[in-house]
Order: sequence, then C-alpha cells, then structure tokens
Amino acid sequence: MAKRIDVDQLNIYYKDFLAVEDVSMNIEARSVTAFIGPSGCGKSTLLRSLNRMHEVIPGARVEGKVVIDGQDLYAPNVDPVGVRRSVGMVFQKPNPFPTMSIRENVAAGLKLNGTKLRKATIDELVERSLVGANLWNEVKDRLDKPGAGLSGGQQQRLCIARAIAVQPDVLLMDEPCSALDPISTLAVEELISELRQNYTIVIVTHNMQQAARVSDRCAFFNIAGTGKPGKLIEMGPTQKIFSTPSVKATEDYISGRFG
Amino acid sequence: MSVDVGLPPAPPPAPPKAQKAVVRPGDRIFFGASVGAGITILIVLAGVALFLFIEAWPAITADSSELPNQESLVKYIAPLAFGTVLGATIAVIIAAPMAIAIALYITHYAPPRLAGVLGLAIDLLAAVPSIVYGLWGIFVLAPHSVALSRWLEGNLGFLPFFDGPPSATGRTMLVVGIVLAVMILPVITAVSREVFKQTPQLHQEAALALGATRWEMIRMTVLPFGRSGVISGAMLGLGRALGETMAVAIVLSTADVVSFDLISSQNSGTIAANIALDFPESSGVKVNALIASGLVLFAITLAVNMVARAIINRRREFSGAN
Repeated sequence: MAKRIDVDQLNIYYKDFLAVEDVSMNIEARSVTAFIGPSGCGKSTLLRSLNRMHEVIPGARVEGKVVIDGQDLYAPNVDPVGVRRSVGMVFQKPNPFPTMSIRENVAAGLKLNGTKLRKATIDELVERSLVGANLWNEVKDRLDKPGAGLSGGQQQRLCIARAIAVQPDVLLMDEPCSALDPISTLAVEELISELRQNYTIVIVTHNMQQAARVSDRCAFFNIAGTGKPGKLIEMGPTQKIFSTPSVKATEDYISGRFG
Repeated sequence: MSVDVGLPPAPPPAPPKAQKAVVRPGDRIFFGASVGAGITILIVLAGVALFLFIEAWPAITADSSELPNQESLVKYIAPLAFGTVLGATIAVIIAAPMAIAIALYITHYAPPRLAGVLGLAIDLLAAVPSIVYGLWGIFVLAPHSVALSRWLEGNLGFLPFFDGPPSATGRTMLVVGIVLAVMILPVITAVSREVFKQTPQLHQEAALALGATRWEMIRMTVLPFGRSGVISGAMLGLGRALGETMAVAIVLSTADVVSFDLISSQNSGTIAANIALDFPESSGVKVNALIASGLVLFAITLAVNMVARAIINRRREFSGAN
C-alpha cells in the first residue's frame, strides 16, 4: 500500500493538441499532494494520466513516463485495467452506480476481473470501507437502499468508500468537493486527512483554502494562453508555496490577483 | 417568487379575492393541444375495444352449430391464441439477445463510421414491407430450414419443441418465428441503442476507474441503465410480432391443433393471419367469430404491455432516471 509516483517528462495530448507539456515531478507516499492552477491548465488531465483514465477519451495519448513503485504505467506490457485497480479515483461529481444499493456500490470493485470472494469477506470489506470513509454510522441501517438516494456529500463519501474497498496504492481526487456544500466539504476534508495515513493521495482543487488545509505538498500549474499547453510552474511544501513561492505567477494566483 | 410580472400595480382590492395567476395564450393553447391529444388516444382505444366487443357479441352468444368449427368459440380461438403467442415468443427469444448485442456493438465497440452505416442498415430493415419478409420466408428460408429441422429432430428430438416429424416444406412455426425475429430486430435494436447511448459518461468512467474491463463496465453500468428501455423495445417488438399478418399468413401451414412442436407441418395458426385468410370467405356469425378472436388478440397485447410496465416499475428507485 501507499506508493510514491515519479512523473518524468510527461507530454499529454488530445489528438494533435498538446494539453500538458513536459511535466516532471515526484509525489511522496503517504502524503497529500494538491494540484492547483487556473481552469484549463491541465491539472485534471495530468491527474487522469496517473491511472490511465486519460486514454478513455478517443484520440487521447501520452508521451513520457509515470513510474509507480518502479513500474512504468505506460510500458507496453502494462494492462490499463490493472493500473486503475491499484490507482483509485474519485470524481468531481459524486457518481455512485444508480442501479446498485449502497452495499453493492462499495462491493462493485471487489467482484471485478473474476474475483470470487465469500459473502462474509465482502460484508466485512464493505463495512471496513464505509467505516474508513466515515459513512458507516449514517448508512449501516440501509445498506440495501439505492446509493443515489443519499445526499451529495454522503454520495461522495460512498464513492470514496468504493474506491478504497479495492485497497489501491494511490487515490486520485478530481475536485472532490466542488459539488458539495461546506459541511460536506469539511467531512470529506477530514476524511482526506485520515486517509493520508495509509494512502498516497493526489487532489485537484480550485479552492486555495482547501489546498492549504489538506495538502502536504502543492504543485502550481499555469498556461501561457488559450491553446497553449499547461505547464508545471513550481512544486514544493504547501507551507512554502503559500508563504514564499519562488515564482511570481504562483504568488499572484494564490493571492487572487489573477485566474 | 411572485407571479404578477408585467401587471400594473392594482388598486387595493376591497374583499380579498383568490389571486389569479397570469394565463398566457401560448400556455393555454399548448395545454389544450396536449390534453386533446391525450384524450383522443383514450377515445380511439375505447372505440376499438367497444367495436370489437359489440361485433364479437353475436359469436359469443351464438349456437355452437353456427360457429366456424361447429363446436365452441373457446375451442375455435384457443389454438389461434396459442399459435400467436408461440410465434411471437420465439421471435422475441431470437431477436432480443441479437438486438442487444448489435446495439452494444454500435454504441460501445464499433468505430464511429461503421457504427453509422450499421445503424442505417438496421433502420432499413424496418422499412421493408412485411409481405416481402413473407415471400423471403417461404421461398428462401423455408426450403433451407428443412435440413435444420431434420437435424433438430435427430439430435434434440427429446424436447417437445423438436418432436417431429419434420415438415417437408419448411412451412413451420420455427420459420415463422425466425421471419418475425428479423422483422422486429430493428425496433428492439433502435430502442436499445438509444438507451445505451444515454448511459452517463460519469458512471462508465466510475466503473473503468475501479479497474473494470470494458465488458465489466458494460455489465455494471450500461446494461442496468438500459434495462427498462430494452424491455420496452422488446415489448414493442412483441406487439408487432403478435399482430403480424401477411408474413405469417404466407409462410405457416396450419391445422386445428395446440402443439409445441415447432418443426412439424401441423401448426396452430395465428389470430391475425387467420382473420386475413378466412375473412373473404366468411359471412354471418363466422365474421363475428373472427372479430371475437381479434378481441382476444387485443386483450393479449394489453396484458403483455401491462406486464412489461410492471417489470419496469418494480425497481424504479434503482432505475437511474432520477
């Protein structure tokens, strides 16, 4: 569990359009790394390339290396299905499977790829994941009700439970709180702080306070203009980025002077 | 929110009257038109039912000697109703899985250009008149089915469906089922394709991000999401197969039997085909008997649709349509 990620000279394309140019970075294990930057600067694109979800979009491709635990995710013999199993993802909008109950939602990933588990094992993993996502007490009496019947914040925590049920090495979060109210946001942020003990977490956020609250390290991305590729401007400990950034653009963005 | 947009400030009303909402002509016209259309459907349906019932009544009350089979109305209609349901059921059993597979291929596997061509080809199938399918059935499919029927009898003869003896002409219930399957394939495919296409990207990505293969993603998200749509499509197809007249009338060689044997020359007729074949030579109570069989077909179709609705509604809260 919890592995470090090394990104080396990564270029990300949509067909011929270069969306993210020449990103190299190291993401530490058992820490929270935040990606910040203005809209369209390629944060989400980079995030999605860390578990090969980027290539789900027709025409999307990647050049360069993403190495997790010594294994390049884009090596020719690597199966994207396996990558996504060990690198979980939580999306911007809560997306529990509408046709499944709460229990089935959490167990969804456990039954994939021909895995056969005993019912007792599954029930135990479901409970552990829901407890891990701080949702157990709210749903333990209605595990067979539809997941879509929960509130937005509960749905998002259900999605986190679903993602951690398969015990991934890394958890990617793409603006996980942007569709939630402040109270649910707080619940998810507290959860992120707890999950840091066991997982490598990468989070994309537009909320500066959130980046400052939850992350250990912070990466700032920017674009020179529309149609230009996004680039990594600087990366460092969150405290340093927010107090004494080394690049002017970072300071401007964080203090709200643009973006 | 207040609704008094665009009204001049009214003088203070003396008695507090019930406040009237603003009525706009556009709303009114559209309201009238949609209510009218809804009521028209009910009137037409009621009219058809009433006509069938009134015209069927003389046959229901008639003396047995006047009836086509000189016995009883139930004994006359039962084999026909059985044949109708049997043929249509075979058609749906063959067509539905194929339609689902085609729809999945078009929406999730085929390259975009091929998908477009394939969709067009399927839609064209729907535009072929049923008599053409009938002719194809009797001239092409029936002769070729004889070998298949013999094989089925030889190898699966222990099943009541393939008991034999196989028909030498191939004008069997099996061939009717296949012809009907081809006829209803387009409608089931079209409906399934539409619902599969509408599966939210969000849910498909959720499945993929969990480490699902493409087939697992389809099983977890696309199929459950499209379930009610596929059932509706299958029921539309079943409705068409139940009522299909020409193709069945041309192909099927009938006898007054109730038999599950799909490959013999002794098949139950179907209601619609029987009406088409016998109507020109009928008079008096015999016409009423034919209409009574039509009333039964009407009832069967209604029952099929109600069952389909019930199936769709059963897991409504899990439907994903919220």
